[in-house]
Amino acid sequence: MPVKIIRDSKRTTAELSGEIDHHNCAALREAIDAELTRSSPSILCLDFSSVSFMDSSGVGLVMGRYKSVGAYGGKIELYGMPGSIEKVMRLSGIEKIARIVK
Amino acid sequence: MKKLNEMKMQIESRSVNESFARATVAAFAAQLDPTIEELSDIRTAVSEAVTNCIVHAYRESVGKIYIHTELFDNGAVRVKIRDRGCGIDDIKKAMEPLYTTLGNERAGLGFAVMESFTDKVRVRSKVGKGTTVTLIKTISGKNGG
Repeated sequence: MPVKIIRDSKRTTAELSGEIDHHNCAALREAIDAELTRSSPSILCLDFSSVSFMDSSGVGLVMGRYKSVGAYGGKIELYGMPGSIEKVMRLSGIEKIARIVK
Repeated sequence: MKKLNEMKMQIESRSVNESFARATVAAFAAQLDPTIEELSDIRTAVSEAVTNCIVHAYRESVGKIYIHTELFDNGAVRVKIRDRGCGIDDIKKAMEPLYTTLGNERAGLGFAVMESFTDKVRVRSKVGKGTTVTLIKTISGKNGG
């Protein structure tokens, strides 16, 4: 299971793990979107602390979820990004649409 | 600048091969004793180039991707990633950050990541013939040179 969903009263956290590339993005997207449909969390936190690799496909994943969550007024947080992943994320100016939590 | 070693591989443009391609090139480049960060940069740039072959060059079809990796005595790694796919009509446009022809789920950052994670990116393309992306990165190594 590439993603584990944890809900609490304030936010829903999606704990991502392994490698995020174009090949395995589809499964992550489906799992997260299923949760968004189910619970429409006001804050969706994507936890990258167990992600060992990510290319720009991960940025697409965040941008796509930002659109879905933003459509009902929710927000996105990015948590626990290793340096190499944050470097890719910041190239896109992702901090303008999502809060980066260390 | 003298060539120390080289490696050629050929893979099919199936997305499951993305991780194989980047891991193999990185494992080969490890001979130059790079830092973890340098190795991660190579992995990321190769992943972008190979993904472009799969999602753009060959789209719905499956074709061959040719990867040629060379290591030089000054610490340079040169990776050529070639396809015989559709080619790029406007390379300048394709390289603009956030430009994508694939809709919401692609960020349009492939070339921006390659440029930011290596020292030099060269793109040659002919519509209907294919594209060659050359990535060059100089490894300073764990000893800083």
